[in-house]
Amino acid sequence: MSGIPLQSGLVVAGLLFGLGAAGVLFRRDLLFILLSLEIMTNAAGLAFVTAGALWGRPDGQVLFIFILAVAAAEVAVGLALVLWLYRRTGTLDVDRANRLRG
Amino acid sequence: MDYAFYIAAAAALAATLRAITASHAVHALLYFIVSLLAVAVIFLLLGAHFAAALEVIVYAGAIMVLFIFVVMMLNPGPRSVQRERHWLRPRIWAGPAVLAAVLAAELVYFAATGAGRSAGAGQVEPAEVGLALFGPYLLGVEMASVVLLAGLVGAYHLGWHLGRRPGGRETGEGEA
Repeated sequence: MSGIPLQSGLVVAGLLFGLGAAGVLFRRDLLFILLSLEIMTNAAGLAFVTAGALWGRPDGQVLFIFILAVAAAEVAVGLALVLWLYRRTGTLDVDRANRLRG
Repeated sequence: MDYAFYIAAAAALAATLRAITASHAVHALLYFIVSLLAVAVIFLLLGAHFAAALEVIVYAGAIMVLFIFVVMMLNPGPRSVQRERHWLRPRIWAGPAVLAAVLAAELVYFAATGAGRSAGAGQVEPAEVGLALFGPYLLGVEMASVVLLAGLVGAYHLGWHLGRRPGGRETGEGEA
């Protein structure tokens, strides 16, 4: 593979991560915030795989598998919290969820 | 080879931008699945075939199904049928369909010409990944299993409280 996609792969990963971070900052719906977190972890995985391909080593893909496991665990707990918040408050607005007790 | 990468990267960025700016959760999920497929095409171009398969199966398959289940559980009642009909109009799914068609055309082009196979130095076979995973990274695998167990127990605990606690908005859940 030529050198150009390997460098720009990291740029694409950075842009995807920035989009995910913007989603976390700008959206107030908890479901969209979780989705943006997934975008960010996915971008980190893209950076790992790109770096692994740059060196021709399997370590990048190994770390991508770890990222998959972490994202799956995160999404399971996060979506359970989303359901809990909706049952409790009737909304997914995180600004309305400032009373964690009660 | 480069233009294929740039097409896939542009599709990933456009779909992600639409995903974080969509007003409805299902539209955002559709665009995010297209974004994941585009990233899988990028993995394929980088020579990481195993990671590309995992991206489609685990991310776009399993994790997104969890999101869709939650969106389904948040929209109960007879209004959801009308909303479902509203979602099936072409204006809703045309954008993701066009982006996915671009990615599918790239894949068909690779399969027809064998261009994706001529990778060279960057290509990493799945066997190498497996050897590294259960060789020097064995402790990491064990730690990942602990993280998954913690996620399982945490999600079960929260779901158990969802079924039991009184005073919730909906009471049709029963004993979990």
